[in-house]
Amino acid sequence: MAHLYRDTGVVLRVHKLGEADRIITLLTRKHGKLRAVAKGVRRTSSRFGARLEPFGHVDAQFYPGRTLDVITQVTTVDAFAVGIVSDYQRYTAASAISETADRLAAEEGEPALRLYLLVVGALRALADGQRDSSLVLDAFLLRAMAFAGWAPAVSECARCGLPGPHTAFSVQAGGLVCARCRPAGAVNPAPDVIGLLVALLHGDWDTAGATAQGTRRDASGLVAAHLQWHLERQLRSLPLVERRVWQGTLGTEAASEAASGG
Amino acid sequence: MPAVLAARADWAASAFPAGCELFEGVVQDLIDELGRLPGVGPKSAQRIAFHLISSEPADIKRLVDVLGKVTEGVRFCELCGNVSEQQQCRICRDTRRDGAMLCVVEEPKDVLAIERTREFKGRYHVLGGALDPLSGVGPDQLRMRELLARISSDEVTEVIIATDPNTEGEATATYLVRMLRDFPGLNVTRLASGLPMGGDLEFADELTLGRAFSGRRSL
Repeated sequence: MAHLYRDTGVVLRVHKLGEADRIITLLTRKHGKLRAVAKGVRRTSSRFGARLEPFGHVDAQFYPGRTLDVITQVTTVDAFAVGIVSDYQRYTAASAISETADRLAAEEGEPALRLYLLVVGALRALADGQRDSSLVLDAFLLRAMAFAGWAPAVSECARCGLPGPHTAFSVQAGGLVCARCRPAGAVNPAPDVIGLLVALLHGDWDTAGATAQGTRRDASGLVAAHLQWHLERQLRSLPLVERRVWQGTLGTEAASEAASGG
Repeated sequence: MPAVLAARADWAASAFPAGCELFEGVVQDLIDELGRLPGVGPKSAQRIAFHLISSEPADIKRLVDVLGKVTEGVRFCELCGNVSEQQQCRICRDTRRDGAMLCVVEEPKDVLAIERTREFKGRYHVLGGALDPLSGVGPDQLRMRELLARISSDEVTEVIIATDPNTEGEATATYLVRMLRDFPGLNVTRLASGLPMGGDLEFADELTLGRAFSGRRSL
């Protein structure tokens, strides 16, 4: 008998398969990225279909199959989806997090514990709704890139390593560059923007939370450009991420949403 | 088809396993085209192809005629986006329907599912999918603007959001609620969600059971 195994993981995305099945892409704690078949989950009578929705944090049992493993049992660890889909801005941010994690964990079955923990942390922060989802997304992207070995240089020069502070940022060079190394096309972000990048990279939420909206927008632009340059492919969800003025915690986002909705 | 030819077709179907491109020209083309349909694998495609080859010419002609009509005759209703043979679909043309109630669904097949219940007498609006950033589907890719235009101009008093009860459908519902809540006098409702008929409580997953609790009603 084939060896059943069990692991906890986050559902990154789902694809339809046949009449009522789905292929579930999970980022797991021990086995890295896994693609497995969940049979009959699209039927309303499915006993675990609801648990295998995107952004679900689950404990699942797998049965090794010929090409793809089959999910036989699932229990929910955290139902992040409930908090995430209750706000469209959070949903788009969570989608970008899932797609980035899927892209960064290129090799299936290769353990990626740090990335897994990052994804769980980011989705938990989004579901809680206590922080600006745009900041949560940027913090995740920066740290996920650091995990992949592409952390932007935010203190020393990306080319020669000269200690900073520097003012020019070059996506191609991989972060801040000194005056001597500065290539054509480098931009000069405001000092606050650099400060925000450093804060997000190191999890300094007090500093990040105190920044102005314009600063956050500029930092998001730099992070997105840096990510897409290194991934060498456009992320589908990133242009659809809604970056609106954030007005506080759960339930108080109404005013800003109404202002920009439609 | 003569019996000899039918027997030959049966033999050919059994002699060559699926995936072997041993058939010539048009037969292989037919198998390839059938294999592109959803849910039809190479083996099924081969079986359907040889069934067609051994069918009566009149049966084949009927199928060809219908396929021809589908490409020429079927379009989308200009009002609701449902599949239709005319500019407006059967439901939008029906004057007995209640124009004050508008049910928003993802796909034309959802209209059929709700129609089967015989509970709803209003009209529909088909979005053409759900918001799914992972597949590059945002509000601009769906028929959101048409929905706004309908609500602004028609005498709609209630919008029933009937998107799928999954992550994408729920996110779409959230977006719609946000978009529609500023319309004065418009009642926005969402389909109830909970336990399926004929099921056991102990087997219900916690998400469904949780929603059944939050959506409980007094009797």
